[in-house]
Amino acid sequence: MSLLVDLVLVALILMAAVWTVLVRDRRDAVIAFIVLGLLLSLVWMRLYAVDVALTEAAVGGGATGLVLLRACARLLPVEAEGRLPGPGTQIAAGLLSAIAAAGLAAVVLSPPVPYPSLAALAAENIHQVGLGNPVTAVLLAYRSLDTLLEKVVLVLAVIGVWALTPDAFWGGAPGSLKSKHASGALDLLARVLPPFGIVVGIYLVWNGADHPGGTFQGGTVLAAMWLLMMMADLADPPEIRLKRLRRLVVFGPAVFIAAGFAGIFMSGWFLSYPPDYAKPIIVAVEAALALSIAVILGLLVAGPAAEPPKR
Amino acid sequence: MSAPTLYGLCAAALVGIGLFGLILHPTPLRKVISFNLVGCGAFLFFGIAARRGAGAGFAGDPIPQALVITGIVVAFAATALAVALILRMLEAGASTVDAKPLPPDDLSP
Amino acid sequence: MSVVLDAFTVITVTAGLVFFLAGTVGLLRFPDALTRLHALTKADNLGLGLIVLGLLPQCPDITSALKLIAIWVLVQFAGASASQLIAQFVRRNEPGP
Repeated sequence: MSLLVDLVLVALILMAAVWTVLVRDRRDAVIAFIVLGLLLSLVWMRLYAVDVALTEAAVGGGATGLVLLRACARLLPVEAEGRLPGPGTQIAAGLLSAIAAAGLAAVVLSPPVPYPSLAALAAENIHQVGLGNPVTAVLLAYRSLDTLLEKVVLVLAVIGVWALTPDAFWGGAPGSLKSKHASGALDLLARVLPPFGIVVGIYLVWNGADHPGGTFQGGTVLAAMWLLMMMADLADPPEIRLKRLRRLVVFGPAVFIAAGFAGIFMSGWFLSYPPDYAKPIIVAVEAALALSIAVILGLLVAGPAAEPPKR
Repeated sequence: MSAPTLYGLCAAALVGIGLFGLILHPTPLRKVISFNLVGCGAFLFFGIAARRGAGAGFAGDPIPQALVITGIVVAFAATALAVALILRMLEAGASTVDAKPLPPDDLSP
Repeated sequence: MSVVLDAFTVITVTAGLVFFLAGTVGLLRFPDALTRLHALTKADNLGLGLIVLGLLPQCPDITSALKLIAIWVLVQFAGASASQLIAQFVRRNEPGP
């Protein structure tokens, strides 16, 4: 019975994936991809990975979908749909992809026995950091260097996107996100939802220490509220030359690095926390990171500057 | 067949479908979408590894789960950068994919 | 008492699923975007509402019950706004009668 649910889910996912690749219209492909992201977050629930399910729904489906939809709207007049390659190339590509998929399937079907797992090690040491959610413990304690470098990647992505600004617009604001047609419904949504959304975002970050949730999930909800307000024309995209904005972008990673160096003096290693204070330090770093992630995700969706700076 | 094995096969199929789209489509935005499909499949493999490695009172090994959360966020950042590059490329007057490439600039003195 | 509550849950959740089924059939069978939206709202409002109502007696404490109700209210609000936006898009892109 339970396997039936999984089978239906897999069938839906494969349909969405085939639709994403084969449908003619670009925007239909993006919508199919968003549907796929939401279905995948259900799969993560079925695999008992609630933290990943939240991230997939928020970032994988939501934020990525928004970036792609925005690109569709701006590409439409410019880029013509390219011609597909001939049948020979198509068959060769299909064969190659099928061989790759078959190889991966063979790996899935012959797992090593016993299956390698670090769950026991994670469980053994979790009391030292005082967190109840093992995924947050891995992200911010055991593998905190990975998480720190990932934040650096996010900052670099913002710098990369900003670097694509044409010279004339440098320092100005990104292109407006608002719709060409005013809509009362969107306006109402953007006025009523953000207070609740901000509470939910903060709740996800705070709750992430002991229950599913965390920095990314909460930060993405905060970013979504900001983007919603920009879409309804209640907030303007900020000019990228603003010092305050740039400080917000690096605030989270800077706090993380500072906590890392403080670890050298307090317990001897970069990014190690003294056991008695581990939880407060981690929650403080998470709060700072969530703020920066919200700003960074909003800026990545908004894109490079498209207006000259106002004097 | 157990649920993780089923989803593992689904992940393999996702990678295959994404790879096909990556080769099939000449337009850059469709390539980015297809590449994200490959990414979704790759992330799902981590989910299988986490579920199969369940133990010590956890329903899944937390290490692959944490890695995948990092991966999803980095994939988003890469997608946003790629989309910005595509838009800028077209704004700067790049020809569509079907046109002949422009002759290189003459750099000889 | 718990038997009565369990029976209540089974009946209301089943009724909710019927609305979801009807909404899905409507989504697949109705001819244009506006009627399909109409079908979808039935699943959103009544289907989810009945399922949440049915699950309320099963909540271990008042906090989870409030969370369930909050989810229903938020889905109502988001669903209504999204339907409005889709309908406005359809109206703009289709020539009127």
